[in-house]
Amino acid sequence: MTDISMTSQQRQSQTGKIVLRWLLYIALGLFALFYLLPLFVMITTSLKSLDEIRTGDLIALPRDVTFDAWRTAWSGACTGIQCEGVRPYFWNSILIAIPAVAISTLLGAMNGYVVAQWKFRGANIIFSLMLFGCFIPFQVVLLPMARTLGIMGIAGTIPGLIFVHVIYGLGFTTLFFRNYYVSIPAELTKAAKVDGAGFFRIFWSIFLPLSLPIVVVTVIWQFTQIWNDFLFGVSFSQAGTQPVTVALNNIVNSTTGVKEYNVDMAAAIIAALPTLFVYVVAGKYFIRGLTAGSVKG
Amino acid sequence: MTKWLEENTPKLVLAPSFIAVLIFVYGFIAWTAWVSFTRSRLLPRYDIEGLIQYERLFASPRWDTALNNLFVFGILFIVIAMVLGLVLAILLDQNIRTEGAIRTIYLYPMALSMIVTGTAWKWILNPGLGVEAMVRGWGFENFTFDWLVNPDMAIYTIVIAAIWQSSGFVMALFLAGLRSVDGEIIKAAQVDGIPTWRIYTAIIIPSMAPIFLSAFIVLSHLAIKSFDLVIALTGGGPGYATDLPATYMYAMAFSRGDIGQAASSAMIMMMVVFAIVVPYLYSELRSKDD
Amino acid sequence: MSPILDINNLYKSYGTTEILKDINVSIEPGDFLVLVGPSGCGKSTLLNCIAGLEPITGGSINIGGKDMTHVSPKDRDIAMVFQSYALYPTMTVAKNITFGMKVRGVDQATQDKKLAQVAAQLQIEPLLNRRPGQLSGGQRQRVAMGRALVRDPKLFLFDEPLSNLDAKLRVEMRTEIKALHQNLGASMVYVTHDQIEAMTLATKIVVMKGGVIQQIGSPAEIYNRPANLFVADFMGSPAMNLIPAKAHRAEEGTRIEITRKSGEPIVLTDTRNRDLPEDVILGVRPEDIADPDLRGADTTQAAECLIDIVEPAGADTFAVMQLGGKHVTARLHAETTAKPGQPKRLSFDLGKVSYFAPETGLRLN
Repeated sequence: MTDISMTSQQRQSQTGKIVLRWLLYIALGLFALFYLLPLFVMITTSLKSLDEIRTGDLIALPRDVTFDAWRTAWSGACTGIQCEGVRPYFWNSILIAIPAVAISTLLGAMNGYVVAQWKFRGANIIFSLMLFGCFIPFQVVLLPMARTLGIMGIAGTIPGLIFVHVIYGLGFTTLFFRNYYVSIPAELTKAAKVDGAGFFRIFWSIFLPLSLPIVVVTVIWQFTQIWNDFLFGVSFSQAGTQPVTVALNNIVNSTTGVKEYNVDMAAAIIAALPTLFVYVVAGKYFIRGLTAGSVKG
Repeated sequence: MTKWLEENTPKLVLAPSFIAVLIFVYGFIAWTAWVSFTRSRLLPRYDIEGLIQYERLFASPRWDTALNNLFVFGILFIVIAMVLGLVLAILLDQNIRTEGAIRTIYLYPMALSMIVTGTAWKWILNPGLGVEAMVRGWGFENFTFDWLVNPDMAIYTIVIAAIWQSSGFVMALFLAGLRSVDGEIIKAAQVDGIPTWRIYTAIIIPSMAPIFLSAFIVLSHLAIKSFDLVIALTGGGPGYATDLPATYMYAMAFSRGDIGQAASSAMIMMMVVFAIVVPYLYSELRSKDD
Repeated sequence: MSPILDINNLYKSYGTTEILKDINVSIEPGDFLVLVGPSGCGKSTLLNCIAGLEPITGGSINIGGKDMTHVSPKDRDIAMVFQSYALYPTMTVAKNITFGMKVRGVDQATQDKKLAQVAAQLQIEPLLNRRPGQLSGGQRQRVAMGRALVRDPKLFLFDEPLSNLDAKLRVEMRTEIKALHQNLGASMVYVTHDQIEAMTLATKIVVMKGGVIQQIGSPAEIYNRPANLFVADFMGSPAMNLIPAKAHRAEEGTRIEITRKSGEPIVLTDTRNRDLPEDVILGVRPEDIADPDLRGADTTQAAECLIDIVEPAGADTFAVMQLGGKHVTARLHAETTAKPGQPKRLSFDLGKVSYFAPETGLRLN
């Protein structure tokens, strides 16, 4: 019935629509390939032997899957003179990231709570100054920070790197919590004050239980930033305390011996795994952090 | 005493962070600025000598290359990433059934370290075994794609990798912007019989001006700070061909032992960032305080 | 009896902008004080100052005979109900109500006893284990009241507690609050922008504008003898008719002349008020303009008026006409014979009128 009553023009626009739809999906698929291809190449290369890499095709699937490269990358690859793989550096990154994330998130929560709910004269200026700190190119603090860490006796140590990450993460964590707490009506704090609760009690009993979403956003943001950091890692670490990104770069650019591309790729995937895992598990919060970090409001 | 404590708790809580920011951000900027006006070399000196470091900086061909590179890289990166991000966002805005999955694929590079991205693209683009070898293997014996080792083209490999890493993020920003446009306006336009592409060009995109601004700020900020990607992909080479101000500063500070040059180049970087970010932040904070 | 709340010369400013100017208010135990005024008049700020949630710039606040000017909110022996209810979102209703006692270290047995008592009083027992997000607006309102009641304070403070409810529920809750006040005999300070709420609830009304008290008095005083044009216009619905007029001394009293769009001016004679200036603004409540055949008192004066619009409103019918260049509303009986476009003889009750000076806006009689 509908087929018969359809005019040829309608039928034409109908087929036009279907063709457009197909083109749309093809375009989206091609872009997906563009984004996935490097990951695909990394994974297949890491599973190939060096011989196969030299003779084979970049995007071909491995003929004989071997995990040798992964084993070498984890515990045997050379970063300059040492040949322990990325394992010790992976642990360094964990030892840096966990305390730095925890401390900067906690401080950010308290700061955001003050700036959003306990406004005092000058609080907004302080907040603006802190926010501004997020935007400086860190090159401008590298030299004095290197000297200061030396004076404090934590140059080249993991506590030193934790300290640096906490300081330069504060702006963002404060921003996240401030924007979240600002949307909570001030009357809640007033009601709790009349009920007799003080500053910390109100934070602990009323605001913290409300904060799960923003804590997740902040933790993910900070973890990704700190785990992926290279500039601070390469500037303020020494042999033995380097984070995994620095170790990866050293492995890839190490000039000793044969260039083992499969090991490079395996090491790169290992270095990327924690943040990729977080992204896959909690992508929604990851995106929220990214957009909150760039579109303030 | 308890009364005083009660009233000042918020200030006391904020104080350590504020002092830390004052010292480690503003104090340090001041230190770097000071040193950039001295004859510091391996060790900092504190006698102001005027603009000598900046004169040396702008006389240096390597810095000249770095600034040029920043210009080329910055413009290409920002423009292409914004166009690509906008196109992807509009394509994804057409009621795509698998939108969630596709968005996840487009955005995942943002979760990676620049070092990982650099390592991957370094492998893909290396002429001996990467794309060039692959295409030659398909029978195109004369195919050359040696940008990575070609001093004139190497900077473009950094553009490619940077776009791959960040365009998904721009798409997410734009997609959020497209979705926040008032649905009633779009319905009204549809009722008026305005074709879809006109609705985008005449109504939706103009109303997203703030998102364009945000994306521009974030991308330019990323471009100026770009350091890891260059180190991992080209190491600044071949020669100094892909040096950026960030790598120049690092080389001066940690391998050349030229603190004066490091400080002055860092100050230039900061001025560039400030020239872009300050007006933006200022207007943002002002409009919020009203 | 000493006043339960005594505010003297209170000033409050943010930077250079004065929010409250020279506020003096005092209420007796059992009083229901309503602070009313348009938004931005400072009424909520004043309430926050009484609660101690905002510091004041000058003056003093006494609660229950004690100087509380610099005491923190928790030690003022007050309870407060907020416009948004401000229920703690992650706590159950029971926890919301007992949170204050828990903070103060009241023992569990007392907490349970008081909770049960208040829950019974407000009939919210079935809600005790729910969270605020699962409650309707009216239920949230009750819980917020419960949280205040359980404190058994010297002074209850309400900040526009009904403004988030729909019209029907608002009237119901208004009656309940009134009943609560009568049963408890408690002292209350209540902020609203709704003049009907103010009239129905208050034993004492403070009308505010621009941070300045315009008038303090009982609802009847405020309604019948507004102190100035602002109060006259703000209190009452439909608002008091404020008609520019000329006053002339005459044998039998004062002749009040009101111009009309066309035809002779209306002339009324007020036998009571004699010392009026020539230019006055005559304030007449709509109900004091009536059908002469249906209503009459010895202070009424009749005049022929051209009716423009007739608005039946059930119990009453409002008739709108042009007098002295203003729209003037009369509240007539539902069975009135007034018709739009036709003249109608109406009587003005001059025993209840107000006169205001046009320049200062102050009451003259």
